[in-house]
Amino acid sequence: MGLAQRNYYGKALAELAKTRKDVVVMDADLAGSTKTSDFEKVAPERFVEVGIAEQNMIGIASGLAASGKTVFASTFAVFATGRCWEQIRLAVAYPKQNVKIVSTHCGISVGEDGASHQGLEDISIMRSIPNMVVISPADAYEAYAATMAIADYDGPCYMRLGRADFPIVTKEGAKFQIGKAKVLRKGEDVTLIGTGQMVSACLEAAKTLESKGIDAEVINVSTIKPLDAKCIIKSISKTGCAVTAEEHSIIGGLGSAVAEALADGCPAPLERVGTKDTFGESGKAELLMEKYGLTAKDIVKAAKKSISRKK
Amino acid sequence: MKAEEIQRMANRLRLHVIEMTTAANSGHPGGSLSSADIVASLYFSVMRHDPKDPQWEDRDRFVLSKGHVAPVLYAALAEAGYFPVDDLITLRKLGSKLQGHPVRGKVPGVEMSTGSLGQGLSMACGIALAGKMDAKDYRTYCLLGDGELQSGQNWEAAMFASKYELNNLIAIVDRNHLQICGDTEKVMAVDPLADKWLSFGWNVIESDGHDVNKILAAFEDAKSFKEGPTVIIFETVKGKGVSFMENNAGFHGKACNKDEYAKAVSELKELI
Repeated sequence: MGLAQRNYYGKALAELAKTRKDVVVMDADLAGSTKTSDFEKVAPERFVEVGIAEQNMIGIASGLAASGKTVFASTFAVFATGRCWEQIRLAVAYPKQNVKIVSTHCGISVGEDGASHQGLEDISIMRSIPNMVVISPADAYEAYAATMAIADYDGPCYMRLGRADFPIVTKEGAKFQIGKAKVLRKGEDVTLIGTGQMVSACLEAAKTLESKGIDAEVINVSTIKPLDAKCIIKSISKTGCAVTAEEHSIIGGLGSAVAEALADGCPAPLERVGTKDTFGESGKAELLMEKYGLTAKDIVKAAKKSISRKK
Repeated sequence: MKAEEIQRMANRLRLHVIEMTTAANSGHPGGSLSSADIVASLYFSVMRHDPKDPQWEDRDRFVLSKGHVAPVLYAALAEAGYFPVDDLITLRKLGSKLQGHPVRGKVPGVEMSTGSLGQGLSMACGIALAGKMDAKDYRTYCLLGDGELQSGQNWEAAMFASKYELNNLIAIVDRNHLQICGDTEKVMAVDPLADKWLSFGWNVIESDGHDVNKILAAFEDAKSFKEGPTVIIFETVKGKGVSFMENNAGFHGKACNKDEYAKAVSELKELI
């Protein structure tokens, strides 16, 4: 059974509406889909609808934050990051404004809407901006906890959430620590590093690998920036090789972040599971995940390859 | 400050602009000179602010959307007492707080980071909206370039201000008719400008941007309008105050050479 992250984002916002008078939530005509409407129900006077005008939303968010507000601005990932990247850079990140850009509909599991709506580059383009924190929770419970954590953090954040139901891999009520990766399964032969719903695929892959006598360690990297390089390097120093898995392009996302960390601190074989420099297309989410190589099977294959590359 | 003194102050700001940009051997004198009388009027009469307490909660806010005219803003802030006038000469130098375009948090009195055109009015909307939410009576002023209005984000912000009835927001257009590549109407026409703002639901005031009495009167008019946002379109001359810079797009983003500097300084000193 799975739960949708965006529903738990909505729940968290509704809670913040009651407990935090400084929180303002903005949306660009997608409140029903992003679930910011849950905040609006509780605190309509602190909900701001900008219409289909994402660049304007970011500028207004910056002005609100400059006036003491903690601002959450939401829309789909493609629009929240790509449409207004330069606005985020100048108006939010450069002056370190207390703005949280939270996008839903990340990745290829958006499904039928097709490539125009499938955010596969958002981690990459947000990660490249100085001062920006980038978070990608593994499931709905973690999405809730991360929403609370970023509300308490004073500065710019980007958080990506999915549209569909994702399997549950974390404990409800666990505290979210920005910048901390978590080892979910101990192992000796290979480190599987996942983010978003690919964490559950990593756990499934680890089970398959176990049946083949391969002992995989699984790490949930829910903060991609700042990356918990210490945790990752510690694991790979032990296992000697790794696989990253993300519902995102292998260019600039988790795979790149881990590759950079390894180049800096612990050169080792690394296989990257993600979309391979390509756009998505319309179709059922599960079929797209298969076609674009984003399943537990793909992680198993990558793990074997990574292990075979060990010296 | 009285109108006459403000007019002299505006010319002092112009002199600073010439000195700063010449010392930096770069920067944007043309638009700084065209908006000097407006900026002087704001900082020395129109706005409620306290240079000794830049973070005062009830201060009026100024957002310089046309961030490239940072020199005139820095000059006004220094003359008002936010930081020493002697610092002005560090403009654009390595390690200076006076960056080529304004940066929030780096310079006392600078409210927002700007410089990429088309974004300031959105920021000003956010500040004005926060004022409404918090039942504060401060006003937010936003200075826009005319060429800048070619950017669509301004009109997203214009719709927004109208929808949220931001009567605490006053947009100001420095209508000097020139942008880097020349006549705004040839590069990409912004006229009929007043009609555009009117159709977006704004109160529109048109005035002379170099006559301080008229500038002050326009702001008084704007302040008395309660139904929604107001824009003041000030007719100005790019490079105003320096004969060879006036109506010359070539000085949009270029500093004076040695001879030009001497001539500009002697002309401006006549006016102070």
